[in-house]
Amino acid sequence: MFKYVLKRIVLMIFVFFVILTMCFVLVKLLPQTEAQQFGKDANLIQQRREALGYNKPILVQYGIFLRRTLAGGDWGISETLYRGQEVWDVFVSKLPATLMVNVYSMLFSVPLGLLFGIYAALKKNKWQDHVISTLVMLFISVPSYVYALLVQYILCFKLKLFPLQMNSGTDYFSWSMFVSVVPAVLSLAFGTVASLTRYTRAELSEVLTSDFMLLARTKGLTRGQATVRHALRNSMVPVFPIILGEFVSILSGSLIIEQIFGVPGVGQLYLNSITALDYNFYMLLTAFYTLIGLVSGIVVDISYGFIDPRIRMGER
Amino acid sequence: MNMKEEYLNIPKEEFEFYQREGVIHDKKLETKPVGYFRDAMGRFARNKSSVVAAVIILFLILFAIFVPILFSNNYTNSLTDTTYLQYSRLLPKCDALAWTGWDGCKDVTVSSDIYNSYLAIGVETGMSPITEVYRADYEDSSSNSSSTFYDIRLDSYTQTGMIYLTLTESEYKAIQKYQNETGVQVIYPAIDTSELRLESLKNNANIWYKCSNKGMPRLNKDGEFENIYKTSGNDGDYDSLRIEGDDGSYRYALVSGTSSAMAFKVRVFSYTYFQYRYGFEPSFLFGTNAYGQDILTRLASGARFSLVFAVCIALINMFIGVVYGAIEGYYGGVVDLVMERIADILVDVPFIVVASLFQLHLARRVGVVPSLLFAFVLTGWIGMASTVRMQFYRYKNQEYILAARTLGAGDLRLMFRHIFPNAIGTIITSCVLMIPSVVYSESNLTYLGIVNLDSSTRTSIGSMLSAGQSLLSTYPHVVLFPAVFISLLMITFNLFGNGLRDAFNPSLRGTED
Repeated sequence: MFKYVLKRIVLMIFVFFVILTMCFVLVKLLPQTEAQQFGKDANLIQQRREALGYNKPILVQYGIFLRRTLAGGDWGISETLYRGQEVWDVFVSKLPATLMVNVYSMLFSVPLGLLFGIYAALKKNKWQDHVISTLVMLFISVPSYVYALLVQYILCFKLKLFPLQMNSGTDYFSWSMFVSVVPAVLSLAFGTVASLTRYTRAELSEVLTSDFMLLARTKGLTRGQATVRHALRNSMVPVFPIILGEFVSILSGSLIIEQIFGVPGVGQLYLNSITALDYNFYMLLTAFYTLIGLVSGIVVDISYGFIDPRIRMGER
Repeated sequence: MNMKEEYLNIPKEEFEFYQREGVIHDKKLETKPVGYFRDAMGRFARNKSSVVAAVIILFLILFAIFVPILFSNNYTNSLTDTTYLQYSRLLPKCDALAWTGWDGCKDVTVSSDIYNSYLAIGVETGMSPITEVYRADYEDSSSNSSSTFYDIRLDSYTQTGMIYLTLTESEYKAIQKYQNETGVQVIYPAIDTSELRLESLKNNANIWYKCSNKGMPRLNKDGEFENIYKTSGNDGDYDSLRIEGDDGSYRYALVSGTSSAMAFKVRVFSYTYFQYRYGFEPSFLFGTNAYGQDILTRLASGARFSLVFAVCIALINMFIGVVYGAIEGYYGGVVDLVMERIADILVDVPFIVVASLFQLHLARRVGVVPSLLFAFVLTGWIGMASTVRMQFYRYKNQEYILAARTLGAGDLRLMFRHIFPNAIGTIITSCVLMIPSVVYSESNLTYLGIVNLDSSTRTSIGSMLSAGQSLLSTYPHVVLFPAVFISLLMITFNLFGNGLRDAFNPSLRGTED
């Protein structure tokens, strides 16, 4: 087990570096545009380029980049978006908004998803199950921005329950802030609820038909006892890692929901860095998104082994 | 025992042929053999939701193919027309379904001066933008303005009313000719603006009546609008239809410029001008967007692009994935290890990073669409490759492969004639499921503006949605139709794909019965 985890982590770091290198080289290969924001003095610009090492060969620049970023934690200074500010500081200040929206949506959707899934599995092939399965099919297929637009139109505009856009301040725990993130949370939650429901239903209904459930009933447990003590636990084996993976990936958030509801978070920063060609932001956020993806994959894989000791990871 | 002895020595003469004439065959099978695909199709046909989904997909595809052809007209084809903007944000209108509310009208509350200006359009042209008055002339205590309010149903097609146009002489003559031929009044009399004090009123083509500085009409004693049409001056010898009540003294244009290049400033009714310009009465099934573009044809052409694009990507990814997976799975060992690691690295690159990098790098050189295509292809084939690899691992050590190898079949023949057909069901399924995922990612990227596919001739569902988002509260129809279309596409493709997956799974054979 330990060996397997170690192997996965080493592989992850390797992949991370390969991707980072590819992105760095590709960004450096972009045609250089004249930097105009630091005054019109061409001499000054040249001096600055020289000081930042932009005139050195790409490999040398890459060495500097790695030393500065990974060893020193210095990701450079924003050139266009937040001129003159530290990229890392801006990034950290944007993180809470994204985090808040996604944590709320997980808190909302995990219980609901499990509940619906369990209910559908218990009522398998009855009308309740059919209704839930049909809804799940609908909600999984429809793109998240369609709900977002629906939520915005019906709840925010027609019924005027919530503001159209999220508050931009930093008072993350005030009531008005909570109200303003509800639309974004709802739009994010629909899809998660649906996919969790589907997983839970599939797993639980498989477990419910297995032999040990029959044994549990024969030895005198009621249906409820058997379901809670034997079926539910076993069905959580594949479901729980998925929840765990979602919890890691909530850091990265949803670009499109953030865009629609004006969440002042990381996603918007990333989009802006692309349109404004702010490469320091771009590199940081690319590294961030890649890392999140890699870590959530590993967490899912490893948690299988921890949750169910019967699964020996890394065996052939 | 004796019996056995007897049978041992049966003399030759005792034997006779069972059947003397004809050749003896095996009995013919009474039922037709059920092949793999026939079996799958049979199972697919029993899955009602998938069949319904397939029908809807067919309908959506036909919509995407034929609507841009059938519904193309002078309006949708004239892309650089500036009068276009006069027809922006028209609401969806369908004459056959007008009773359901699909009539190009919407319910609004207006103040009395605006109400009167709409009324005036109706009086002047005979086509009133007010189709129904729900509640007239009431005071709203919540509003601090002194005017009264009206709840009305407003026709978006005639609400613009008059617009000012500056025409050349030939255009002016052409409109007059059109009026004579069809009897449709396009040009309305010019206005004598000397009594109007405010510049905003002078520039408002809809003020053809005596009014106060606030635009409130001054009615005569019969309660009618009093016109302020121009009766003097040069109008370039207008000799065409005259409006009702014209004794021949009204002037229909303001002439400026030199005699060689005369310009005619005329007041035209936007509705009938549309008829003159494009040859049909304005009526848009899905309405128009903020730039006056017809949503129906734009949606259909956007959908056509998305579908063609997705099918291309699915085919390319299938090809790469199959070849890559086949080599991995067939040869195994070091080849497999190395190729798997390459795929591992590629699959972990976030798609959004790939797409944005390709946009930054390639879009300028090879265009937006090819660079987007590369972005999809770069990581898209990996899922397919791993499916094919699994299938190859499963089948390559089976006896029939050994038998084929013993008979002298080469690697390529073994791979693609003997092993590959086993994977064909899963490949078709993942190919079909790739189409909605590509459409989804593409609409995501265009929505976010990372990829810009929007132009006068081409669009995508994502950019239609993002353009409509700012109009969501006032003109939801701009968003509604693209959103419905893409939702329907996603749902039906997923249902269809699930149906196919079940159909191509022979282990499910007979389980439903």
